[in-house]
Amino acid sequence: MQTKSSTSPTPASGAAPVDTSLASVVARIGQAREFGLLVVLAVIIAFVGVQQPRFLQISNFEHILQSIAIIAIVAVGETLVILTRNVDLSVGSVVGFSAFASANLLKNHPSLNLLLVFLFGCAIGAVLGAVNGLLVAYAGIPAIVVTLGTLNIYRGLDFAVAGGSEVSAFQVPTAFLNIAGDYVLGIPLLVIIAAAIALIAGYFLRYSRQGRQLYAIGSNPDAARVVGIRKSRLTFMAFLTTGILSGFAGVLWASYFATINSGAAGGLELLVIAAVVVGGVNIFGGSGTMLGAMLGAIVLGVIQNALGVLRVDQFWLQAIYGAAILIAVTLDALVTRQVQRLLIARRAQRE
Amino acid sequence: MKHWTRAVVSALATSAVLVLAACGGSASGGSSTALSVAFLPKQVNNPYFNTAADGGKKAAKDLGGTFTQVGPSTANAAAQVPYIQTLTQQHVSAIVISGDDPTAVAPALKQAMSQGIKVVSYDADVAPDARQVFINQANAEDLGTTEVDLLGKELNYTGEIAILSASATASNQNTWIGYMKQELAKPQFANMKLDTVVYGNDDDTTSYNLTQQLLQSYPNLKGIISPTTVGISAAARYLSSNHLSGRVMLTGLGTPNQMRQFVKDGTVKGFELWNVNDLGYVAYCAAAGLVKGTITGKEGDTFTAGSLGKFTVGANGAVLLGKPFVFDSSNIDQFNF
Amino acid sequence: MMNRLRSLSQRMTSWELLLVALLVGVLINGANQSPYFLNATSFSLMFSDFSEKSIMVLAMMLIIIVGEIDLSVASILGFSSAIVGDLFAAGWPLWLAIVAALVVGGLAGLFNGLLVTRLGLPSLVVTLGTLALYRGAAYIVLGERGISTYPNVFTQFGFGDIPGTLIPWTFLIFAVLAIVVGVMLHSSWVGRQLFAIGANKEAARYAGVAVARIKLLLFVVSGLVAALAGIIFTARFATSRADNAVGFELDVITVVLLGGVDIFGGRGSLLGVLLALFTVAALRDSFALANYPDQVQSILVGVLLIVSVLGPLAVKRLQDAWIKRRHVVSSQA
Repeated sequence: MQTKSSTSPTPASGAAPVDTSLASVVARIGQAREFGLLVVLAVIIAFVGVQQPRFLQISNFEHILQSIAIIAIVAVGETLVILTRNVDLSVGSVVGFSAFASANLLKNHPSLNLLLVFLFGCAIGAVLGAVNGLLVAYAGIPAIVVTLGTLNIYRGLDFAVAGGSEVSAFQVPTAFLNIAGDYVLGIPLLVIIAAAIALIAGYFLRYSRQGRQLYAIGSNPDAARVVGIRKSRLTFMAFLTTGILSGFAGVLWASYFATINSGAAGGLELLVIAAVVVGGVNIFGGSGTMLGAMLGAIVLGVIQNALGVLRVDQFWLQAIYGAAILIAVTLDALVTRQVQRLLIARRAQRE
Repeated sequence: MKHWTRAVVSALATSAVLVLAACGGSASGGSSTALSVAFLPKQVNNPYFNTAADGGKKAAKDLGGTFTQVGPSTANAAAQVPYIQTLTQQHVSAIVISGDDPTAVAPALKQAMSQGIKVVSYDADVAPDARQVFINQANAEDLGTTEVDLLGKELNYTGEIAILSASATASNQNTWIGYMKQELAKPQFANMKLDTVVYGNDDDTTSYNLTQQLLQSYPNLKGIISPTTVGISAAARYLSSNHLSGRVMLTGLGTPNQMRQFVKDGTVKGFELWNVNDLGYVAYCAAAGLVKGTITGKEGDTFTAGSLGKFTVGANGAVLLGKPFVFDSSNIDQFNF
Repeated sequence: MMNRLRSLSQRMTSWELLLVALLVGVLINGANQSPYFLNATSFSLMFSDFSEKSIMVLAMMLIIIVGEIDLSVASILGFSSAIVGDLFAAGWPLWLAIVAALVVGGLAGLFNGLLVTRLGLPSLVVTLGTLALYRGAAYIVLGERGISTYPNVFTQFGFGDIPGTLIPWTFLIFAVLAIVVGVMLHSSWVGRQLFAIGANKEAARYAGVAVARIKLLLFVVSGLVAALAGIIFTARFATSRADNAVGFELDVITVVLLGGVDIFGGRGSLLGVLLALFTVAALRDSFALANYPDQVQSILVGVLLIVSVLGPLAVKRLQDAWIKRRHVVSSQA
């Protein structure tokens, strides 16, 4: 696989390492993307709402948000990884492993403090994510190879640990199972947690130095290193964070689905990547927002719900996810090409 | 020329290994004289099949044979085939299989039988010429009709219902669903309508999500029949956690342990099953009988299954275990499986 | 005799020698794990089991050598299997259904290739999307159904051996394709063009190589081969299901990379890939006989995948460090 050539922003001395005009162009396009997603959402909602008015009920939207909350949490991590021009295919296996391990832990120690269970899940995710990070950031192996490998390694380990057994719902304390169904001030707890994580991560991306550096790494890795950005460290942190978030999501998964075996969350990575890519996070790295990724997750959730309401076979979902990825990536490529042409024209103008 | 050398070397290496392997002795001929029976359920992480396996293990101890259980983690016929091939390579004396698809596993099973391995099917039958004996847990027509009758009584014979099944290819569920539809066509069920049949593939998450979708797609749904222990368990959990107990009635085939809390909280009034442990026990005994030569699978053959008594092979190599049993709040605490 | 062996081993690269050692290790381990491993029938079953993956490996090898990748091969396999099943169940004659499936596979590969060569999208992302799209298409075609009422002659082809031998029919297809690929890659100008494209796309184009057309063709070939693998799979398992062969791409890509084909393109040899194919097949078979489930076997395959890329990178880094140290030493001397 050959890396593509990218635009080279002239690094300014000291401050932000990106050309401000590039940033403003990209930002405007990003906003256009988010606006576009809202339009798509509105169109889908209007179309389905006309056919089946109960689709428009508040309880239904609550339901949609609740069903994508866990995916959204994982998507936050995946966004960070994709921004650095990498990809993490192993998230589904990490979520599944954490889900089984934490459910199993609770089965054997039912009186354990629930907070400890969550920490346990995060710790598992951290270890698995760190392995990914080490291999990609420090050993220099392409992320696709590493995470294709770890997707299978982690799932296999999950299987070996589970030994074909499962943790049934009646074997874990109900207090744990209630977490996923809880409401706070009328809003599902899962949604609040997901929103909080997304807000914190989004804030970090937008307003912190490391956040901007993540964008720099993705848009031009070589220039970023030359300028002194600690590419290896930041990339490692991105994978580590994804691991922790996936581990956390795994515990929530165990609470939500209650009966867990070693196949839990299989194939989740596809949905997560689709959400992130549809949400405008450029697969080539360097641009995209957390808000966009969350909107992407919501769009996919709405589509899934719409299929159910319209009584269309859920089989269409996989094909829709694939088509969504292809459409989003094509749009991104066309946009990137436009931006490049724009910048070349501007630079020619200036000289 | 260098590249031709590589091609030649690789060809030589391959043939050398093949020759070496052939000298290692070919693995043809009949099964070993010891009694080694392998259970191959639809999927392995399934409590229902683990209970049957317990019965099989006990029979192994009683009969002085060995017991292993292998199988795919998802209920998928294509995934069962490699396991059959591995068991054939390992020369077990008998395979006891619950088929994810009756015809898909047939060629592999026939290959096993041609090597002298005996094949018994249990729970879900396979193609009759790909096995010698089938242990049927309950009369299919009985099951189909009683399931519908149970739900009908709970719904006062009015309302929309749906069926949440296992995999779309499994012969047992499909046969029962056939009888369910037949029963529903009778006049006393005229005010009940079967909206749809969905397939959860004996996967808990899928079945859970499908229950959600059913209620979304059919908001007037009043009842669900789930003739699979994984499906009913997931559906019960969904209904219970979403405070729908009593608004949507659920019945089907379930294990007492998984269903206990839902019977107590009213999500499920009654459900059926049979003695799963016995199913495994009898299956093992049948396999042992075939291996030892005491039965051949033809109609009229009899064999003893320890304390469970004598069983007779009926038409088409089928052995009936007994009648389905209805569990409800009055008896559910008496069982532990 | 020793001289001839020595010159042979000199012509094999060090990586290939390593692979031979690994293969021997896997075989010995397999023999230790199960008494049923090292015999002819067992090997016959082992080759048969890897029929689909082995031909997909040949196509994937070419794709990776030119610097691309195709993650959608398993989905094209599943899609083609679904097409055969659906058409056959609808009453089409089997041979016509097979032809239709092959055409569909070629079109699927064409779609991949067009997105990569015309739109310039990275093959990684395109085939990740089509991995989902084609698998989804398989589900749309078949739904939850499983078509398994195939005629005996079809399943015999999939299951059976050439009469009088222990060689599976399906192995024959692989052997023919392997010879074709071997000759083309290592002894013809087409092969040299492929290596050139992988080594430096721009330079190759300036030298007159029709880069885009060749890549497009390779994606079509990959799709056709995957569809053929789908036919073989359907015959071997006697069933068409939408989820047939999910996850196959792991083994296919691992074998190619383990075989010494450079992930960045431009290098590789058929011998290495054949050795790697044998190794991974033997690995899976030996662990299956020792009753380890599929997923646990995949742990090892996943590790091999990572190690096969990590290894050369680590070696290169060590060599660089060694050279640097020698420079320092000699400059200090």
